[in-house]
Amino acid sequence: MIERSPLFNFVTYAAMILGLLVVLVPFWIVIVAGSQSLQEVSRVPIVLWPSSHLWENIQSAWLRADLGPKLINSFIVAIGVTAGKILLASISAFAIVFFDFKARMVCFWLIFITLMLPLEVRIVPTYAIAANALLPFQVVLDTLGITGLVQAVSSVRIGLEWNLLNSYTGLILPLVATATGTFLYRQFFMTIPDELIEASKMDGAGPVRFFFDVLLPLSRTNMLALATIMFVSSWNQYLWPLLITTDRTHYGTVVMQLKALIPTQNGTPDWNVTMAGALIIMLPPLLVVALMQRWFVRGLITRDK
Amino acid sequence: MAAISFSGVKKRYQKNDVIHGVDVEIEAGEFVVILGPSGCGKSTLLRMIAGLEEISEGKIAIDGKVVNQLEPRERGCAMVFQNYALYPHMSVRQNIGYALKVAGMPKAEREAKVLKVAKSVSLEPYLDRKPGELSGGQRQRVAMARAMVREPKVFLFDEPFSNLDAKLRVAMRAEVRNLHRSLGVTSVFVTHDQTEAMTLADRLIVMNSGYVEQVGRPSEVYHHPASLFVADFIGSPSMNLVRGFFGEDGYFRHGKGGMLNLPGLAKAHLSREVSIGIRPELVRRVDAGHKDAIAAVVDYTEELGASRLVYARADGSPIIAVDDGNDALATGMPVHFAMSESDIHVFDHTTGRRVDHAGRPVRATDSVSA
Amino acid sequence: MERRAFYRNPVLPWLLIGPQLILVLVFFYWPTSQALYWAFTLEQPWGGGNTWVWLDNFIAIFRDREYWATVARSAFYAICTTGLSMAVALFLACFVDRSLKGTKLFQSVYVWPYAIAAPAAGVAFRFIFAPQSGLIGSINTLWPGIWDPSTNGIHALAMVIICHAWLGIGYNFIFFLAALQMIPRSITEAGAMDGARPLRRMFDLQLPLITPTVFFLLIMNLISSFTDSFGLIDTMTEGGPVGSTEVMVYKIYFDGFKGLDYSGAAAQSIVLMFLVIALTFVQFKWVEKRVHYN
Repeated sequence: MIERSPLFNFVTYAAMILGLLVVLVPFWIVIVAGSQSLQEVSRVPIVLWPSSHLWENIQSAWLRADLGPKLINSFIVAIGVTAGKILLASISAFAIVFFDFKARMVCFWLIFITLMLPLEVRIVPTYAIAANALLPFQVVLDTLGITGLVQAVSSVRIGLEWNLLNSYTGLILPLVATATGTFLYRQFFMTIPDELIEASKMDGAGPVRFFFDVLLPLSRTNMLALATIMFVSSWNQYLWPLLITTDRTHYGTVVMQLKALIPTQNGTPDWNVTMAGALIIMLPPLLVVALMQRWFVRGLITRDK
Repeated sequence: MAAISFSGVKKRYQKNDVIHGVDVEIEAGEFVVILGPSGCGKSTLLRMIAGLEEISEGKIAIDGKVVNQLEPRERGCAMVFQNYALYPHMSVRQNIGYALKVAGMPKAEREAKVLKVAKSVSLEPYLDRKPGELSGGQRQRVAMARAMVREPKVFLFDEPFSNLDAKLRVAMRAEVRNLHRSLGVTSVFVTHDQTEAMTLADRLIVMNSGYVEQVGRPSEVYHHPASLFVADFIGSPSMNLVRGFFGEDGYFRHGKGGMLNLPGLAKAHLSREVSIGIRPELVRRVDAGHKDAIAAVVDYTEELGASRLVYARADGSPIIAVDDGNDALATGMPVHFAMSESDIHVFDHTTGRRVDHAGRPVRATDSVSA
Repeated sequence: MERRAFYRNPVLPWLLIGPQLILVLVFFYWPTSQALYWAFTLEQPWGGGNTWVWLDNFIAIFRDREYWATVARSAFYAICTTGLSMAVALFLACFVDRSLKGTKLFQSVYVWPYAIAAPAAGVAFRFIFAPQSGLIGSINTLWPGIWDPSTNGIHALAMVIICHAWLGIGYNFIFFLAALQMIPRSITEAGAMDGARPLRRMFDLQLPLITPTVFFLLIMNLISSFTDSFGLIDTMTEGGPVGSTEVMVYKIYFDGFKGLDYSGAAAQSIVLMFLVIALTFVQFKWVEKRVHYN
């Protein structure tokens, strides 16, 4: 560092502590409020120091929002989406980078352009497709006249239907396609020198062997980085689970339960229970980010740049 | 050990031929070096043997068996790559043993083989290291061990020393040579470094822009270059070459108006447009009074220690001579050179091929003996 | 350089890329084409299929003053959250870049907001800003009624914007810090030798050098503000009071699922989609340009 003036160092620390306050205050409030009794939390102004009721607040939140099964659902969805994304991203990028087939660039762009179609802009029709994921195929068959033909020949009417509403498949599958993940893997695979593939060819390994013996071990750090980001983002999904689950009791995730924790307009303002619940809900991704920060930061930067 | 034969081998990218028909026989146990400037197609030719590059036309046979349609692993070749291409995440042991593992060899047998090979290239202490923790020379050895462990019929080397420093390169050269001597496996080695080529090769294949210019023993190629390209490419400093005509009076006249009295050659090559050449070490410095002395003016000299190179200009055309005198030679000073007619090479200027002293053109694969 | 070491196989690459292609076609392209179809058609009541109405749906939403109010609100929302979040993140990154002792600790905490689900942050901020509770609400005891986001639209919007900006700090901070650390030490040193003080260096050297990152973040933040705000608004205000926090995404959701006006919602989706595409396109153009600079 060039300027070593104590004054400037002081300013730097002051600014960083200020930043720490800005970032930490919401977390602190959640912890403080979550540990107070209803009486304490309703005090104006509030005491900014934790009290001793955290455990009982968590228990009431747990009951009120049915957090047990919802946490399990959240874990299933987040892990399913993360694993699915990594699997699909790696094998698609493998096909795009290492195979010589005419449509590879078309495939790449088909996947890449989906970046511009975030879920939020296509919620209504995506909901329709979730009610029957095979609808596009049915339409194709109908338009091509195959449905009619089969019906005429065998008197069987082809009716493709696959309802994804209220199922883990529905919660997971539509989120598994990943342009960013595919892109990240593609970027990484392109740094693999040609000679390494050739050496493996000379050693007698085919593409599948090369993928498992060389590419996967080499991309371990990338995979970890990608996994942290994807876990966080899929845990935090809100809109999609909201749409696809009408049966909240069985398929709801914790993030969807946040709304149920908020005190009603005219009900008891038991924010202490709300905050205790929120604490539980935000903890898993926070732990991932805090503990795996090195991977996470690296993944984020390579993914988005 | 296996013989390799090329017949009419061509390589085409899109519509462009990059290799224009190679016909060469490599004998079993031979050490052949493919030499040429970058982009001449030498690596492509090697990769076609390996099976990493498709053969557009013609046939390559290993041990009499055409391998065009075979996968790399089915050809019995092992390759040492330019950048070694070691698997960065595997230990040295795993790197060396990978091909055996792919082939499904039981672990105990594999380990024993790896150990044996590692010993032979003195890599034993490093077996559990990753390639990233090795020096350049050690990585090079791992690459060689990886090739050796498979006991291949053919060794292929693709400019394997180009990333090493000069000293290591010399050492590795000796190692490769010894390896070949002890194993006797047919080896094809690609390089653009002529010293490397000369010292390693039983026979050289000199290539230029997709054509084989000459095939022959290093001394043959040096002393009897089959084409203008070879004459110019091999040797450092390169051969003195000048273009012109032989006249009936027994003189050779070059573009800038200079004349050389070469009656013997004139008779054989009368009125053909030729380039004639002579190695700098065969250009002798003589006194001004010498019969047939060529007068020249010094441009500059380069001290080599044991001798020096004199860069001069005679009748406007540059001439280089190796001189072991130690008198002062400053720019602009007059010097005199002489040469024997028998040391002069003649090349047909239109075809670029060597023309022997009977006036017949020499083909790339002709064996020219002194 | 084009890769030369390819595998050739007529089936394998399709098996590898097939699953993702199917997902993309079913869950991205099909819905998008459906949205387009709905945007140009009107569903007959009581079935009977859709009739083609050309641009009627678009004209309808463009004639709707309420829609324009939503667009203006979204733009305001996007600009404010982006500006606020980036400013805070840049401020922090500049100081962290000095790498004084203990900086690592600060640095790792600044990233935390990225981990938090928008609805979770929404709930926390809702409590923080609740007029009856003892935080920001405390000032109501001094000046009764001065702060009430549940009835005052401006208060509500400010609250949501602050929360969204807070959520973005971690992400922006990571990128700013990475960009700042990419600047070679020698440039800062040269600046110091030329007599520039830290603040001056920041404006003359560091900021110009990280413009690509600033621009990148600008676009990413804008896109995120236009699209990601749903979870936050749904937990904090549900678009209220009286629509004062209703942004484009929320209106699409509301018109589509609560109002069951699929055609109108689809037309709005298409508008939003074009907005996102336009922003992404600007981003790409810039990236292309940036390559020439380097």
